[in-house]
Amino acid sequence: MPVSASDVDRPLYGRGPSPGLRFTLYALVSIVMMYYDRHGQIVHRIRYALQAMAYPVQMAISSPAQAYRALTAGLQTSRALRAENAELRAELRAAQLATMRQAALEQENAQLRALRGSLPPLIHHWQLAQIIDVETDPLRQRLVIDRGARAGVLVNQAVVDSHGILGQVERVGPFSAEVILVTDPEGAIPVQVLRNGLRTIAVGSGTDGEIVLPYLASNADIKSGDLLVTSGLGGVFPAGFPVGRVMGVRRDSSQLPAQVRAQPVADIERDREVALVQFSADNPAAPAPHPAIAPPPAPKAKPKPKAPVDAVDG
Amino acid sequence: MASSAHPRLMILGTALAGLVLTLLPLPHWLAVAWPTFLVLVVLYWSTMMPRAGGMTLGFAAGLALDAFQGSVLGEHALALALVTYLAIRLHLLVRAKPLFEQSLFVFAALMAYEFLLWVIDGWSGHALSTPLRWLPTVTGGLLWPLVAGILGRFHQAR
Repeated sequence: MPVSASDVDRPLYGRGPSPGLRFTLYALVSIVMMYYDRHGQIVHRIRYALQAMAYPVQMAISSPAQAYRALTAGLQTSRALRAENAELRAELRAAQLATMRQAALEQENAQLRALRGSLPPLIHHWQLAQIIDVETDPLRQRLVIDRGARAGVLVNQAVVDSHGILGQVERVGPFSAEVILVTDPEGAIPVQVLRNGLRTIAVGSGTDGEIVLPYLASNADIKSGDLLVTSGLGGVFPAGFPVGRVMGVRRDSSQLPAQVRAQPVADIERDREVALVQFSADNPAAPAPHPAIAPPPAPKAKPKPKAPVDAVDG
Repeated sequence: MASSAHPRLMILGTALAGLVLTLLPLPHWLAVAWPTFLVLVVLYWSTMMPRAGGMTLGFAAGLALDAFQGSVLGEHALALALVTYLAIRLHLLVRAKPLFEQSLFVFAALMAYEFLLWVIDGWSGHALSTPLRWLPTVTGGLLWPLVAGILGRFHQAR
């Protein structure tokens, strides 16, 4: 190594505070920040600023993959597009048939509950967000999305795709937000078995495409193929949204809990866009109010449902 | 002084490259073994140029990792401050050694780093005890000669 006399190559000792003192200082600052991470206003502001600084880097890392996808989408043949269009039309028709009686049912439900008018819609406001292609921690199941506090995203907001619950918002930066998926080992979501109303909690397994139900007795009435929907407890998700489908049940002995694995219905691997949903509190299916969540502010923009099939040029 | 401004710029540039490498979206099997390249870059500069790439660099890089990986703010900062402290204390010993022996030091430093993260994860209620979390320390040690070789070119081309 060439020896040079520049400032940075000079021996370390004898100038400024000693390494030991500096380490103690930095360690103290770190520990204080960790201690106040959840509740401190200042640490919260530091993180918010750091997230704002992180956003351009995240977008830059994510952009080659997005550009590639945009390019391949642009090069799709009109035949492929027509086929996709027909498929989407068929899907839409099926969905319309399935929801055709919803208005009547809601009205009937309202009357049964002896309310005067019809119920307010359950979904108060929703918006789409793109997933930013960036690694967070491969052993945890997290996502970064490109909508943040500036777009009205709130902590604990529900994140869904077109099939079911994907997760909930964990942290909000100004332009981006971090989503904790249902498959994350720290993710826990109160569910019930649709077939018989059995309530339990689904916990992420930490691996792709698997959630587990660790709190079921070995004689619990659950079997492969059962659909798990949100139970409406816990204050984040309303009741009745699909979460997963039971893949396998193992009962070893009568003392041990049953080992139940389920697959999330949301298509986590292939999603590029997710929906952030805010529920209105006065619908009976809405999640029970959570003390940690402030009442939602009035929406700035009117929710405008997008036409599911965009016009396609042949 | 131009000669003192230049290395700092070079360190910032290579640290940014290390950060981008760390954050690349990868298939799951590769991402699990992928070392935190930013830590390797910081380790390199703390051993080779302890005054320019010292604890301040380690602390700042740790804060960046905290922001990008969504961990408790200060977690990676503390772990990287410790790693840079060790590197600065031992830099004269380590940089005289051949590359493969340096790899062992790097492996030990990464173990200390990961151990601290593991303890803080547990304390802050984000426990993650799968043995897979120790895999990047091994790959980090194995990749050290490559990283040191590449960074050495920047270092001597000055």
